[in-house]
Amino acid sequence: MWQTDWTYGLIGGLMIGVAGVVFLAVNGRIMGASGILGGLVDGTGRSNLGERAAFLGALVGAPAIAAFVWGAPPTNTTTNVALLAVAGLLVGAGTRIGNGCTSGHGVCGISRFSMRSIVATLFYLFAGGATMLVARHILGII
Amino acid sequence: MRSLFAALSGALFGLGLMVSGMTDTTKVQGWLDIFGDWDPTLAFVLGGAILPMAIAWAVLSRRQTGLLGTPLPAPAGTAIDRPLAWGAVLFGAGWALVGLCPGPAIASLSWGGMPGVIFFIAMIGGMVIVGPLGRRVMGVSPA
Repeated sequence: MWQTDWTYGLIGGLMIGVAGVVFLAVNGRIMGASGILGGLVDGTGRSNLGERAAFLGALVGAPAIAAFVWGAPPTNTTTNVALLAVAGLLVGAGTRIGNGCTSGHGVCGISRFSMRSIVATLFYLFAGGATMLVARHILGII
Repeated sequence: MRSLFAALSGALFGLGLMVSGMTDTTKVQGWLDIFGDWDPTLAFVLGGAILPMAIAWAVLSRRQTGLLGTPLPAPAGTAIDRPLAWGAVLFGAGWALVGLCPGPAIASLSWGGMPGVIFFIAMIGGMVIVGPLGRRVMGVSPA
């Protein structure tokens, strides 16, 4: 039983992959969201500031236009401020310490068979699954 | 030119995240909820994204530079160290708690409302806390 969401997932996934191909083949760089943003935040990415800013600007701008024209899809994000703050801190710190997130390790790293990226992906998936188990099914906070 | 193609890539990345459902936190949490009502959509997203990238890595393996002459990334490191493992664990926990990872958090900034903005600011805070000094102290090695 194929679901429509899977088709959108596959199409969107291919778009993400092609975006990564452009950044790699043309700019010679790895399309990792946390790395591109983090390099701007902590100043380690000063040498290619323009490239980073252009990428991030379009990453915000293109969906903004699409949301304006076709309507914004729901994000269903929690309104619990404490949860948002803790999760944001963990994601920001974790991706910088572990040197990558879903796009950098999960997409760009796995596709070049990087052992570091495969291990990182297994660890964050496992941690995510364990957190869901504890926070949703045991504590009931999410 | 580099900025132009960076913008093209960013735009396509953002639209892809939007189309795929990655900006919908219920779908992301559903994917991680293996003990509950598991949602496999993200497997299609990841698979769809990895496929063109794998072809690109293979095709580019014989080149030293990208099409604009900038060097291609160095070969991936092989050190499986503590920062890699701990960083991934912290990230995975935060990802599950709200259902946002960095890409979708940035892509949905314009329409995700106040919750999205709060998450984004906290994420920047986490990145600042770690910073170059923290990375050096913890011995973070390049990806």
